Amino acid sequence: MNPARLRKLKEWLIERAILLSGVFSVVFVVLIFLFLLREGLSLFRGESVLDFLFGKSWYPISEPPRFGILPLILGSLLVTLGAAAISVPIGLAAALFIAEIAPGRLKEGLKAGIELLAAIPSVVIGFIGMITLGPFIKKLFAVPTGLTALTGSVTLAFMAMPTIVSIAEDAITAVPRQYREAAIAMGATKWQTTWRIVARAARPGMVAAVMLGIGRVIGETMAVMMVTGNAAVIPSGMLQPVRTLTATIAAEMGESVQGGSHYAALFAIGIVLFVITFLINGVADLYLHRSRK
Amino acid sequence: MSAPGVAIETRGLDLFYGDFQALTRVELQVPEREVTALIGPSGCGKSTLLRVFNRMNDLIEGARVGGTVLVGGEDIYAPGADLLRLRERVGMVFQRPNPFPLSVYENIAFGLSVHRLAPRREHDMIVEQALRDVLLWDDLKDRLQRSALALSLEQQQRLCIARVLPLKPRVLLMDEPCSALDPIATLHIEELMRQLKRDYTIVIVTHNMQQAARASDRTGFMYLGKLVEFGETARIFTHPRQELTENYIRGRFG
Ligand SMILES: Nc1ncnc2c1ncn2[C@@H]1O[C@H](COP(=O)(O)OP(=O)(O)O)[C@@H](O)[C@H]1O
Ligand SMILES: [Mg+2]
Repeated sequence: MNPARLRKLKEWLIERAILLSGVFSVVFVVLIFLFLLREGLSLFRGESVLDFLFGKSWYPISEPPRFGILPLILGSLLVTLGAAAISVPIGLAAALFIAEIAPGRLKEGLKAGIELLAAIPSVVIGFIGMITLGPFIKKLFAVPTGLTALTGSVTLAFMAMPTIVSIAEDAITAVPRQYREAAIAMGATKWQTTWRIVARAARPGMVAAVMLGIGRVIGETMAVMMVTGNAAVIPSGMLQPVRTLTATIAAEMGESVQGGSHYAALFAIGIVLFVITFLINGVADLYLHRSRK
Repeated sequence: MSAPGVAIETRGLDLFYGDFQALTRVELQVPEREVTALIGPSGCGKSTLLRVFNRMNDLIEGARVGGTVLVGGEDIYAPGADLLRLRERVGMVFQRPNPFPLSVYENIAFGLSVHRLAPRREHDMIVEQALRDVLLWDDLKDRLQRSALALSLEQQQRLCIARVLPLKPRVLLMDEPCSALDPIATLHIEELMRQLKRDYTIVIVTHNMQQAARASDRTGFMYLGKLVEFGETARIFTHPRQELTENYIRGRFG
């Protein structure tokens, strides 16, 4: 075979391989969702959807069992919002600092540090949170246990931050130099240029960074199970133990009987998580496409 | 101090990028309210000289300046010189149109809020005037809140001129402002320069000799970092005194 034909064949093969992996990733997601539906929907033969979503008690092994996931939804929400409130402002500020202000050496050091932080497995962060942050919060607020929603939020913020910082930093660095030049040439200060022009220009990327960071928080399981105290009750504040949707699945799946209603309820929680993630991605996508046009 | 009627003056200006000397002993007097063109082959230091006048070279690491540069009679490289004020008085238009990724309105209001030049209630009026001055008002008055990036290249470049006008600069620096535009748009911008020079001193860098001949009152020819010849445009193009200048404008190199 001559080189030109060989090259063409190679092109063809690569294109097919890429197409195939694209198709597969969609097929897998669809299959996972179908599987979730198949295992989870049977719960609603005996239980109404509203009772499931808004029921206040989660007693899966009492007789009769109660499958209300409102406490779990609120637990997830509380921990997630808390983590976002901590990680978003700090993460974005850090990204601006690294991209715009930090001089060469410091910048490289910080970027390496962020990557390192991103590489720490979440169990390890959870473990560190459990043995250091937990006791600290217990003492600081004089509460009966240090394993609370707040502990979970702080721990999760540590996990969201590398994602937020590195993606936002990329977006800020990608802002064309000519915008900065134009602002400086008009007599704007460094700060005015950074804040009013660069941050505005990088906004879609910064939104994406936040979405992905929060996405990681919502999906996080192990760390949150270790530090939030795992009480499936409706939380009344940040200093109480809570339990999240993901932690519930992880903690109880092993004890449930395959095919039983508890088992189905855990899959139904999976459906809820899937839908939430799907919605968040959808909103992020919409925003990115709208502002890119 | 400069003589009356001189907007920019350089005395023995040298500029180094690290070890490389990009400008050598440049002596120049730019008259007020005229269009002064800087021509010369690519790499001869035209942009570098232009960026001395608003100290944009300060952003380049390793750039050093020697000699004296007076803008409006003030030594802009004197210790303690106010850079932000200087850039308020000396506006710049770049080679590629670079409107901010904001709305048309915000592009023009940016300078006003940065320098706190006018209370917010006057912004509408000032924005309108700036757009009128660059003949964009009729086209854009219904699209003030739209993104400036959606405009045509010519409109973008006009907007880039418009956004420095509210600062009431004395000098407008333009670095090949038409090189990204088509010939018709180029003529439009040149016409605009003729109108603006009633109120502003304009220094334009161009590698297009026809443009210099058409649009400028004075021309400086630069070569290898030196200002070889400077004088009235008509004279430079008809009776150049230096052989280098003659060779360049006859198209023998470039
Ligand atoms: N940032 C820089 N660092 C080092 N050398 C530069 C820099 N900018 C320009 N130069 C050099 O200075 C000379 C003049 O450049 P420039 O003023 O851009 O020329 P022109 O605008 O006439 O084409 C060129 O030789 C160029 O390579
Ligand atoms: Mg140039």
